[in-house]
Amino acid sequence: MSSPTPTLNPDAPLPGEDDGERANRWNDLLRRIATGNALVSVLAVLLAIVVGGVLIAVTDEGVQTAAGYFFARPGDTFAAIWKAVSGAYVALFQGSIIDFRQSDPLRALKPITQTLLFASPLIAAGLGVAIAFRVGLFNIGGRGQILVGAGFAGYASFAWDLPPVIHVIVALALGIAGGALWGGIAGFLKARTGAHEVIVTIMLNYVAYYLLSFLLRTPLLQNPGSNNPKTPPALPSAQLPAILPEPFKLHVGFILVIAATVFAWWLIERSSLGFKFRAVGLNPHAARTAGINVDRMYLYVMLFAGGFAGLAAANEVLGTTTTGFTSGVDAGIGFDAITVALLGRSTPWGTFAAGLLFGAFKSGGFAMQASQGIPIDIVLVVQSMIVLFIAAPPLVRSIFRLPQPGRPRRRAKSEPKAVAS
Amino acid sequence: MTHTTRKAALAGLALLGASSLVLAGCAAAPDSGETTGPALDFKPCMVSDLGGFDDKSFNQLGYEGITEAAKELGVEATTVESNAESDYVPNIENLVSEGCDLIVTVGFALSAATVEEALANPDVMFAIVDDAADNDFNGETDAPNIKPILFDTSQAAFLAGYVMASYSTSGIVGTYGGMNFPTVSIFMDGAAQGIDYYNSEMGTSVSLLGWDEAAQDGTFIGSFEAGTDSYNAAKNLIDQGADVLLPVGGPIYQSAIEAIADSGKDVAMVGVDADLTETDPDSASLFLTSILKQIKVAVAEVTKEASSGSLDYSPYIGTLGNSGVGIAPFHDFESKVKPELSGEVDAIAEGIIGGTIPVKSYLAG
Repeated sequence: MSSPTPTLNPDAPLPGEDDGERANRWNDLLRRIATGNALVSVLAVLLAIVVGGVLIAVTDEGVQTAAGYFFARPGDTFAAIWKAVSGAYVALFQGSIIDFRQSDPLRALKPITQTLLFASPLIAAGLGVAIAFRVGLFNIGGRGQILVGAGFAGYASFAWDLPPVIHVIVALALGIAGGALWGGIAGFLKARTGAHEVIVTIMLNYVAYYLLSFLLRTPLLQNPGSNNPKTPPALPSAQLPAILPEPFKLHVGFILVIAATVFAWWLIERSSLGFKFRAVGLNPHAARTAGINVDRMYLYVMLFAGGFAGLAAANEVLGTTTTGFTSGVDAGIGFDAITVALLGRSTPWGTFAAGLLFGAFKSGGFAMQASQGIPIDIVLVVQSMIVLFIAAPPLVRSIFRLPQPGRPRRRAKSEPKAVAS
Repeated sequence: MTHTTRKAALAGLALLGASSLVLAGCAAAPDSGETTGPALDFKPCMVSDLGGFDDKSFNQLGYEGITEAAKELGVEATTVESNAESDYVPNIENLVSEGCDLIVTVGFALSAATVEEALANPDVMFAIVDDAADNDFNGETDAPNIKPILFDTSQAAFLAGYVMASYSTSGIVGTYGGMNFPTVSIFMDGAAQGIDYYNSEMGTSVSLLGWDEAAQDGTFIGSFEAGTDSYNAAKNLIDQGADVLLPVGGPIYQSAIEAIADSGKDVAMVGVDADLTETDPDSASLFLTSILKQIKVAVAEVTKEASSGSLDYSPYIGTLGNSGVGIAPFHDFESKVKPELSGEVDAIAEGIIGGTIPVKSYLAG
């Protein structure tokens, strides 16, 4: 049973393995999920859209009615299916790219800017998850980091009265610092005590949520004169300026997110710190042997990860929703960010592209609901299907008969097949 | 071997699927070409808050109101649900893009979003349930094209408080709420005043736990979901001797039902928003009465008025006078309450409508 070369058989747990090997295997698995090839991502999206279409057809009332007399008039069923599915995806397109029903060209172009608006926080928070992945850390704490970042940025935006340009910069910096602080706590605990980052970040999410809920009931964050747990609106001087005229809502936050993506790319791929990050991510033991302070890398990367989440938070409270926020300000971004980073294969530009796709889903989801009456849940199901397919690359590969990596003997045989299909 | 088994299994599945299709699909086709009269060019729309349209409370009542009115008018209502607070603005925006003529938003949570979109789209008619759309607190609606639909529930809660005090044998009744929002505390405030009125009329000293009228604060569980928080709040009140409970906040009453069942004591409950004996008949034996908010009727009326193309934007305030609020019949408790109670309640209601019995609330001043 006890094989001398356990790495050849990574799927079966072996008796007598030490913690180091187990950690290595965990790293290996994480890396394989997070860094599969781009084709699999595209195919996963395609599969999810097909499955989503089936779900839309099955849940559509028109289809259900028509299927009731399928054999009397089968054409009706197919017509109903076509109407439901095409209507849904046309609405998705109209809601996320161009709404060609609008006579006003400005209004027709608005959906694409909405997509960018929704994508901004997802990309920023996704970068935070992606760079932690590269060091082998599973950062589930995006939600908490966003909440703390929002608290910091929000407080600076309404409580301090500063000159116009300085105010927004200070609020932004505070938001990033707040997120970094929250991420840093998890990194510090991981580095100093070895506490597992998954558990620590999840628990810190709760701490942040209830802390913010509590503070929203105190004069520190609550809007004076109101009973509702909501902050006052951000002062105009602290708001991120719009980059397009009315009716567009896109603001400077999107440009900051592009800059953040460039920075993340430089950090990971070009800087010496990024080299150490990647070394730790590939194999912490080898990195330690090579003289890299692994614990310190854990702390640093979580500071950066939290900072990116803080940018997402600042983008929301200073740009998108400036009318004040509640403890629901995160709106699922912290968790969607994990999906975005996975879909983007943990690379900065991959995350950027995945964030745009999710922004389009989000923006188009509203239109699917409003114009076709498709429950918003179905849109979420499609998104969840993407995650499911991405987390199971072998499934996608076998559906499309792609070669499975790591199986050299079969690869040679199935390669011509892959070309043929 | 495995291939043949798999094939056989698949064939079996396919047969099963096909046969169920045959069974399911052999109904007769309907006659096509039904023509309806010329449809009214009016599109009523609605956005829910986080509760969704199945919350057995104000979202659901609003939804029923708009769909009923739309059916009567022969048009179709478009309704969308919100999953997060950041959904409010995009949902309203998309309804505007869909060409909605009237957009009803449900709940104070959508207040800021409604005002923002109403100002940006002055041609669209807006209405908001349970909020004055007054976010700068100057006493006026922030956009000229929003009709606030409000309910002075304290008047009905006053009657319910009187009934609670009259029914209680322990002399202690209790209340708790979801969160300390004006739309929640107005119930508790009204009930407290009704109990005080009973005490001063009858010379009794029935006390109310869970709400301090002077401090405007009381027991709140911090959410509008049934669960352990709600259960514990109810249990606490029962342990302190309360024999009538008034849980205020959508589905939180469901945990109070559990707490009552577990206590084994004879504790009654007062429902809010809808007549719970009708919406939740399984627990009818617990509901002394319910404090009614006619959201459904009000939304339906506003929808019908808007179908003419214009709307009177002065706030609708539901009161006992216009039957916008009220209390439900005693149902199962008809025989358990004092026989003269019904008459007393009617007399007090008349007094409130006539102004001889003043009821304080944030709406009435």
